Formats: sequence, C-alpha cells, structure tokens
Amino acid sequence: MTDSELAETETATLPLDQWHREQGARMVPFAGYRMPIQYEGIVAEHDWTRNHASLFDVSHMGQLAVSGEKAAQELEKLLPADIATLPVGQMRYSLLLTEAGGIIDDLIVTNTGSTYALVVNGACKWDDIAHLREHLDDDITLTHYDDFALLALQGPEAAAVLEELVPGVAKLTFMRAGLFKFGGEHLWVSRAGYTGEDGFEIAVHEKHVRELADALAADERVKPAGLGARDSLRLEAGLPLYGHDLTTETDPVSAGLSFALAKSRRESGGYMGHPASMVRLEQGGTASRRVGLALEGRLPAREGAQVFAGNALVGTVTSGGFSPTLDHPVAMAMVETEYAQTGTELHIEVRGKRLPACVVPLPFVPHKYVRKGS
Amino acid sequence: MPRYFTEEHEWIDVEGDSATIGITDYAQEQLGDIVFVEVPEKGTELDKGAEAAVVESVKAASDVFSPISGTVTVGNAALEEEPELVNSSPEEDGWFFKLTVSDAAELEGLMDEDAYKTYCEGLD
Repeated sequence: MTDSELAETETATLPLDQWHREQGARMVPFAGYRMPIQYEGIVAEHDWTRNHASLFDVSHMGQLAVSGEKAAQELEKLLPADIATLPVGQMRYSLLLTEAGGIIDDLIVTNTGSTYALVVNGACKWDDIAHLREHLDDDITLTHYDDFALLALQGPEAAAVLEELVPGVAKLTFMRAGLFKFGGEHLWVSRAGYTGEDGFEIAVHEKHVRELADALAADERVKPAGLGARDSLRLEAGLPLYGHDLTTETDPVSAGLSFALAKSRRESGGYMGHPASMVRLEQGGTASRRVGLALEGRLPAREGAQVFAGNALVGTVTSGGFSPTLDHPVAMAMVETEYAQTGTELHIEVRGKRLPACVVPLPFVPHKYVRKGS
Repeated sequence: MPRYFTEEHEWIDVEGDSATIGITDYAQEQLGDIVFVEVPEKGTELDKGAEAAVVESVKAASDVFSPISGTVTVGNAALEEEPELVNSSPEEDGWFFKLTVSDAAELEGLMDEDAYKTYCEGLD
C-alpha cells in the first residue's frame, strides 16, 4: 500500500474546515482545498443519503454571477442554453464549449432576478472565470462570490428537515431557486443536487455557515457525508463528472447531453461551439457515446479501464466503482457508437481479466427529483 | 510467534519458515469499505516489494506489496466471498496469504508492534 493518496499538500481550507474535523472527517486535498472525503464511511454515508438526508460541503465550487444590461445576450454567446427566456427563479444545466464543441465545463445557471448566477466546478473555476472575462463584453460585471459557502442537503428527508429551519423552501420544485432567511441572514436556496435524490443546495455567507451546518446536523435525520459518497451517489445517478466523463475532448452529443443544446438555439446559433455541435447533432453523429455499464461480481472497473467487443478495443471507462445501492460494480464509459445500444454485451479489462459488462440505460438508480406538478 | 509490521501497513506473523501476511487495522480504516480482494495463487514467487494482492474499496484500488520474498503457499479463499472480513477482522480472519520465507534476514529492520504504533501516531 502506498500513502501517496493520503499525502497532505498545501491547499486552502474551507470555512467549515474545523467543523468537519469535529465531526470526525478525514480530510483530503481536492480541487485546491482540504475537503472531507468521509466521516463514518462511504457506504454508510451513501445509504444514509438514499434513505434520510445528508449534508455535503461543496464550498470548493465556483459561485459566480453575471450582471449588466445585456447579461443574457452576452451569456448566450458562450452557453448553448436559452438564457433570455429563463424565468426568474429557474435554473438550467448548461455547458461552456470550445470552438470545436468540446466541453470546457458543465454548470448550473440561475436567473436570480438581478443577475445570472453560475455554479461551476471547483477544479475549473479559475479557468472558467478567465474564459468568461475574455469573451463577455466589458460592460458585463462578473462577480466571484468567494466569501460564500455552498452546502448541499440531499435525500428523501431533506425537504422536511430544511422546511423546519427555513420555512417556504418546500414550495420550490426541482431546478427552482429563491432567496430565503435563516437567523436573520440571507440564504440562496436551490432545489437541486448531484446525488439523484431530492434535495437542496444552499449558498450562505462564510460568516454564517457554521450556524446553519450546526442547525442542520442537530436534526437526527441529518448526517454529514463526504466526497466519497458524493461520487458513488452521482455515479449511480448517471451524472457525469467533469475531468473524468467530460473533458474538452468530449462534446455534448457524445456525452449524451444533447438536451443542453437548447432546441430554440439550434438554428439561430450564435454561441461558441455551435457549428461543430450541429454537425454532430444533425448530420454526422459521433464516433462514440457515453454509456452505462453494469458488471457482474464484485470487482470494480475504474477510470481508464479498456472496453472490448470480442477482441476489438471499443472504448474506455471514464468513471467506475462499486454501487452500494445495487450491490454490484457499475461504470460509465465512452464506447464506439455501434456498441452503445442498451443490451450490448461487452467486456472490461481489469488487471488482465476480461469482466463481462452489459450496456444499460442511465441512470443506474432512478432519480427522485420533486418536479413541478408531480 | 513474533509479529512484524511495515511502513506500508502490512503485518507479518512468522512461524518457522512460514509467514502469514495481512493489512493492519490502520490500513483498513484508511481504505474504508472493502468490496473486493484479489490474493496471490499458490506457488506464486514473490520478491520483497512485489505487488502481491489488490484491495478494492468503494473509493479506489490499492496494491498490497509483499513485505518479504518467498513462495505463496495459500491465499485466503474466504476473502473472495467475504472481502469485508478485512474491515471487520483485519489482523486475524482477514489475512491475505501465507508464504514460505526465502530469506529470513529480510525481517530485520521491520517494526514490532510498539514501533508500528508509534509510527502510526506520527502519521495522524
């Protein structure tokens, strides 16, 4: 065994750093921060999230806001989404694309009324800021809320828990957001997350985050959960992870994210990466596709493992691990389009062994979002 | 029966020229929930420091290196069905493999229990 993965490096600390240590977290470097990877154990935290409510600290993520008279128009130069018609209080999943249609980052954009808020990946945030600043008009104000923490409360009991502390939040539905108050301080609460469960993401000033974390953790339905469970939960939910399932070498069509290429903008275009995206979407298709693979047995296939159809190498695992909910290993892989059909029997090579793996629909575990009208 | 420890968090019980090898409680705690263990087959010749076994936790795959040279006499078949034995009983039922020691001099310089305990305290 090596200790390299446990090595400490010089990294920034989260506003809740001390709180995590008090809760028994093991801290690891991730995206430039010391972050909790687990508290009592990944499987226990994973199962708790699926059955109750878990508190995740995702303050490493970039919380940005774009404002100015032409903010919507300017954002539409970079995002393939319909920003101009996005109602106040609504959220969209979107992408930053290269000219060639590769994915620079995936993000959530929210119309807050006065700004367009963007939540971007922690590991990408500095590059995203540079990209936005380079391409947005000089009249546009780009604000980085680096003094705000971001907590995620996820699980079937999240709504009941948060409603007791922050009355009104249960009225939000999936991908809706609003301004609320807790202890006299403002919170920006979004009904969204990265686990496949119902839940919320809560932006709170770093001065007040401890009070909120304590109040949430005091509820017996809530336990803290770390990055380990966050990763196994999002994998089961079929949600791609930037830097692994998505890169600048991946495009929205191959990645199964064509829904992010807004229908209303497919003809009109006007965003970076539009022509290249339309070639893939409407004309040529793509050489490969992101698929879900279910494995038998217990040996997980990890990122980088090669995928075979017979003797032919047809793809690579981009994320993989053991699914605590399903009790067998699962993986996401980019495979040649010809082999991407549900039911296709493939093999994944792990340490010289060829493990049978079947293409299955994503998500592996059904989403439990509380949608409007449901 | 003397028990030795390595800086890579393995333990070695030596009885005559036979050694039993596993990972320590500290190691299993660091790895978290173990879902799969691959142990070496009987007859495998291992050099000191060679990759001998693989532990898959929910989080990641980790190699276990042979702390001494020798020939594997048996792998712990129980771990195939119950890899979680490494979590629940790392230093007894969750042993990995046994080997015939080819060079007892390699045991010199390994830590005893007290030295290993001190070593682990220095890591936290």
